[in-house]
Amino acid sequence: MVTAVAALVVLFFALPLAGLLRRASWSTLWVDLTAPEALQALRLSLVCSLTATTLSVVLGLPLAWTLARTPFPGKALVRALVLLPLVLPPVVGGVALLAAFSKRGLVGGWLFDVTTTGGALSWLPGDGVQFTFSTAGVVLAETFVALPFFVVTVEAALRSADQRFDEVAATLGAGRWFSFRHVTFRLIAPSVVAGAVLAWARALGEFGATITFAGNIEGRTETLPLAVYLLLDSRPDTAVALSLVLLAVSLSVLVALRDRWLERA
Amino acid sequence: MLVAALLVGLVGLVGCAAPTSSAPTAGSAPTSGSSPELRGSITVSAASSLTAPFTAIAAGFRAANPGVTDVMLNFDSSSTLVKQIEGGAPADVFAAADDASMIKLAEGGALAANPAPFARNRLTIVVKKGNPLGIATVADLAKAKVVALCGAEVPCGRYADQMLAKAGVSLPVERVTRSQNAKATLNAVAESDADAGIVYFTDVSGDRAEAVVVPDADNVMATYPIAVLRTSGNASVAEAFVAYVAGPAGQAELVSARFLPPG
Repeated sequence: MVTAVAALVVLFFALPLAGLLRRASWSTLWVDLTAPEALQALRLSLVCSLTATTLSVVLGLPLAWTLARTPFPGKALVRALVLLPLVLPPVVGGVALLAAFSKRGLVGGWLFDVTTTGGALSWLPGDGVQFTFSTAGVVLAETFVALPFFVVTVEAALRSADQRFDEVAATLGAGRWFSFRHVTFRLIAPSVVAGAVLAWARALGEFGATITFAGNIEGRTETLPLAVYLLLDSRPDTAVALSLVLLAVSLSVLVALRDRWLERA
Repeated sequence: MLVAALLVGLVGLVGCAAPTSSAPTAGSAPTSGSSPELRGSITVSAASSLTAPFTAIAAGFRAANPGVTDVMLNFDSSSTLVKQIEGGAPADVFAAADDASMIKLAEGGALAANPAPFARNRLTIVVKKGNPLGIATVADLAKAKVVALCGAEVPCGRYADQMLAKAGVSLPVERVTRSQNAKATLNAVAESDADAGIVYFTDVSGDRAEAVVVPDADNVMATYPIAVLRTSGNASVAEAFVAYVAGPAGQAELVSARFLPPG
């Protein structure tokens, strides 16, 4: 009985994928994928998602450490805030990013004024920092949604890692950074990798926040998911071909991770 | 216990997925002459620029025909609606923002009868409130750092490209953001940092954006056709709705929404 239900659920997930494979125009696949717009979208997606992943790791490690090891009041609230993008609908995330970083936003307006001609930081290259409709905006949106995935994974690993190893290292004379690099990090390394891969997959597939905040400019902000969405009406074969690319990448990621992301450090 | 939960879930799913267009009841086949009692419900798929007038028209149509239980309105870009209808989505009436979308369906044999134009619409340039960049003509769009247009295959995008070509303006690709429909294009200007955009004249409202009127000589006129679909489950009500849109009540709603009468 239980197996039967499980089999049905598997079918539920397998059917749309099977449908996509069937829908694909295999004869024109290579031509579709190497069309200039498709290549632009592929390149942009790769660059932005990798940048967002790097940022997620660099910014996420200290955050995960603080949440796991440092006691402070209101930690539960801070954790909830950081993990909010996990449950927030992506478009809502995009609207929130606009409210903060657009030129009329909380911070975006000031940032633009200070870096444009006449502002205190106008000597910086470029004429005014603008995140909306820019590649930097895409990275911002992708980091916003991907970072929580990394933090969740690594914080869990840090919490379950045996702290006695750090204590032993300290009694043997190891400094804090030495101890982190050679003891703690070694223990949580699999989870850091898993978290980074998850963050990357999430960043690659990000749509709602990207299109709302960074818009859809070919070559600048039109990532793979956006290209698929807009090509659906005009060139459905190309849209399906690009969907297959995303599908293949996601599948590879999940297969490569296998049970790892559930495995304790 | 698990089986019960599964059954409840399945029933819920099936209930939600049931087609909304109900079959015509015995008394709804119209006979020539006196107005027959129209019964049942229909689904109208209309271009998103028709949201305001069609909502009012649907209400008026239902008030005039109490036997009609519901007029379900489905708004989206015409190109998306064409995809839905070709994919078998249940709809009785299709109102498009351009002839090309309607022709696409006609070629696929999806129409019950020839379409008829029921309205026209001008395009307009939309800028932020106060027009900070001082954009007055189509050529001035070159001043904008980011211009919002609809996707190239969406009717308002096609019209916008025509208007730009007419003015001999070629915007660099890295300055143009393409949105999925006119509302999203307007939002790019009103809510986000796009400096200007091209949308339908009827779309611009609210206090976060203003329209820069483009004279007719430089403008592009959008023609809106409407037709009953062959797969309609309630042809009599569908035809009556189309007639209502073309009639005085429907036309009045369209004019008050700033549409132009069909040429």
